[in-house]
Amino acid sequence: MSLSNIFNVAGSAMSAQSQRLNTVASNIANADSATSPNGQPYKAKQVVFKAIPYGNIEDSGVKVDQIVEDQAPPKLTYDPKHPLADANGYVAMPNVNPVEEMVNMISASRSYQTNVETMNTAKNMLMKTLTIGQ
Amino acid sequence: MVAKLDDYLRFNETALNLRAQRQQLLASNIANADTPNYKARDINFAETLQGAMDGKSTKVPPVELARTSSGHIAGKASGDSGIGGSPLLYRTVTQGSVDGNTVDMDVERNQFTDNAVRYEAGVTAVNAQIKGLLAAIQPG
Repeated sequence: MSLSNIFNVAGSAMSAQSQRLNTVASNIANADSATSPNGQPYKAKQVVFKAIPYGNIEDSGVKVDQIVEDQAPPKLTYDPKHPLADANGYVAMPNVNPVEEMVNMISASRSYQTNVETMNTAKNMLMKTLTIGQ
Repeated sequence: MVAKLDDYLRFNETALNLRAQRQQLLASNIANADTPNYKARDINFAETLQGAMDGKSTKVPPVELARTSSGHIAGKASGDSGIGGSPLLYRTVTQGSVDGNTVDMDVERNQFTDNAVRYEAGVTAVNAQIKGLLAAIQPG
């Protein structure tokens, strides 16, 4: 049934978008984490989406294919009093770009909302279908 | 008798079926609005419905390699799924994006809503047909 497949399609997109929102939250939360368990400054993470088949349509739903780390160099900040400062007084800070993250956040949130509406429309159509013959 | 009832309802049933499948296709386009290299797709509804009513398929068969020896490997492209015997078409790009995605959210939302309304219109039409049948079999 194609109409119930829409629930799977929109659901997969909602789950993917919420994972994206999760990485945004993680990036913003760690925007000032100068160190992490491996001793390096935190690296911004980004999700990569991939289309997956549902029903008889290829490339129908979405899933998070992988989470990649931003390879941009860390931001060097001059702060000689910082315990992690190097010999020249510079501290390596995370490569998180707050503007990029805010844009990502808004985009993920809007995409999520759109898929909720998609699901609602599909639900209304199914409910209407159930009234055939009554 | 039953065949006549079937014939009576066939057109609207086929149309509703195709509308539902097209709705999934449009939902896929909306869901993949942020997927890199995803190409938005749609069907030619009028042609698909015509083909489904005539029982004809306008789908292009998958390309196969010509083999001159039985030892050759059979190379076969995976055929596109298609809907109701019609191929899935790709939308013409109006404003391409850097990641190769061709989903235009305004177009997709517009088509999605339009298709949903037409689906409901189809449901209303089927209901009217059934009401007509009921009126015919009930004593005045």
